[in-house]
Amino acid sequence: MTPTPSSTASSPSATGVFDDVVRSESSLRRFLHGLPGVDQVGCEARAAGLATRSIKTTSKAYAIDLAIRMVDLTTLEGQDTHGKVRALASKAMRPDPADPTCPATAAVCVYPDMVATAKQTLGESGVHVAAVATAFPSGRAAMDIKLADTRDAVEAGADEIDMVIDRGAFLSGRYLDVYEEIAQVKEACGDAHLKVIFETGELQTYDNVRRASWLAMMAGGHFIKTSTGKVQPAATLPVTLIMLEAVRDFREQTGQMVGVKPAGGIKTTKDAIKYLVMVNEICGDDWLDPDWFRFGASTLLNDLLMQRTKMTTGRYSGPDYFTLD
Amino acid sequence: MSRIDVRKTYKLYIGGAFPRSESGRSYVVNDAKGRLLANAAQASRKDARDAVVAARAAFGGWSGRTAYNRAQVVYRIAEVLEGRREQFEAEIRAAEGVTPARARASVDAAIDRLVWYAGWADKITQVVGNANPVAGPFFNLSTPEPSGVIAVVAPRGSLLGLVSVVAPLIVTGNTVVVIAREDNPLTAITLGEVMATSDLPGGVVNVLTGSQAEIAPWLASHMDVNGIDLTGVEDDELATELEVAAADNLKRVRRPAPDTDWLVEPGLDRMTQFLETKTVWHPIGV
Repeated sequence: MTPTPSSTASSPSATGVFDDVVRSESSLRRFLHGLPGVDQVGCEARAAGLATRSIKTTSKAYAIDLAIRMVDLTTLEGQDTHGKVRALASKAMRPDPADPTCPATAAVCVYPDMVATAKQTLGESGVHVAAVATAFPSGRAAMDIKLADTRDAVEAGADEIDMVIDRGAFLSGRYLDVYEEIAQVKEACGDAHLKVIFETGELQTYDNVRRASWLAMMAGGHFIKTSTGKVQPAATLPVTLIMLEAVRDFREQTGQMVGVKPAGGIKTTKDAIKYLVMVNEICGDDWLDPDWFRFGASTLLNDLLMQRTKMTTGRYSGPDYFTLD
Repeated sequence: MSRIDVRKTYKLYIGGAFPRSESGRSYVVNDAKGRLLANAAQASRKDARDAVVAARAAFGGWSGRTAYNRAQVVYRIAEVLEGRREQFEAEIRAAEGVTPARARASVDAAIDRLVWYAGWADKITQVVGNANPVAGPFFNLSTPEPSGVIAVVAPRGSLLGLVSVVAPLIVTGNTVVVIAREDNPLTAITLGEVMATSDLPGGVVNVLTGSQAEIAPWLASHMDVNGIDLTGVEDDELATELEVAAADNLKRVRRPAPDTDWLVEPGLDRMTQFLETKTVWHPIGV
């Protein structure tokens, strides 16, 4: 993509509220660098404090079912086959075949070439198909390739597109390039929802996470997502806290809600419940809904199912009783 | 100036580490004369759960080792125990109120038992495995494989009893979660220290101290536990309850035998009880 000269007008911001901000490179930088800095110690302490809440009995049962409904069941491996994607899609529709009261997950998340397979299996079940596009996970490709990647996935039937931002451009301060990229991918998405992946493990500072959040929301992302899952550290509580604060503040300013999706490294029910507590405390229960909060995960689902089984049967369950993928 | 006493904190032994109980509880352990000996951690069901997770994680590596190497490790436990025999003798005398000679005999027997079982590691397959005659051009071989994670309720006899139930399980490749005697748990934790320094991978043996009646039902019903050894259960009602709970995932169950004389040479049944038989067919020739 050719850098947009700062003098030319860029795409209008999604809500219209920020048209002045995104008018030029310098106004955008002024806005992003004018955001209040993140108090690192305070943020980490707050996240750790919220993580100590004890959630038991009926609240825990509710949290587990909610978390299952929020899972984007993910397989993003070079070794993925159509068979594996079909198996995963079946699992997404009926995570615990032994228990019909177990809810379905929100979506399955696959590479674009697997979208058709996933869609075929899922049919009208209501489970969405999310596709990672734009040269996932590195995002290092020409703009027209990224757009073609996106259109392919949408044409194949993807309901949601997970794009990665150009971290190189972001870190070198070319914010308007990133903004334009998101806006163009959003246009290519058509009716599909757009999730914007920051890869927070590569953004270096919490301030950058806050800036990226605002940038993506102004460009029209429906969801902001922490990571690809390919880089460590992936999702962490403090990073998610900052993103939750950003969507909360964004709604205050514009009236628009944006979703948040932590992805990568969330493996246990305990972890998932910590995130849900944080969502409730930072954003309120409007966000406690699969439309506004998701978990990008593969192993998390089995642990949720084991905990769910423990709650219904009263005995500890084991990994032998659930599918591996 | 007198020295300040350095008292030992007896904790649990889970996954190769010595954590306190997740519940934060402890209970008083008295010596044979009813005087305070120490405080022991009182394990909860969640400690039992964590112990099963640790045992399961350790199972692949431990059962995958060669029998020869498992023998070396169990023999090593005997070596390290030998080096710390005074400590064990003193603990047994304090806890059980026995004479020095009896305590020494008990430690001797425990060490000998470990050596005896260590020797079985690479011999049990020859004894209970078989080359089966079949009507076709095939080798048909049956070999014993460890069952998996075994929960053990330890019997009386703080050292010898414990060694006699744990050694036969680990030598064949199982990993264990053992509930130590509630009234006499300290030697079990000290034995954990011996195991932690004997090249035994963390998680192969996990020791919980606390109430048998509280912890055992959770292990008996746990779907990720493959067998349960009820040797040390003295309450008939509890034993029945545990056997019923264990039926859910068809655990192998060893019935209670609290009055076993541990000084008698054991047979093979403590090893064979928690083995599965794998049979393979292999074409002959070409």
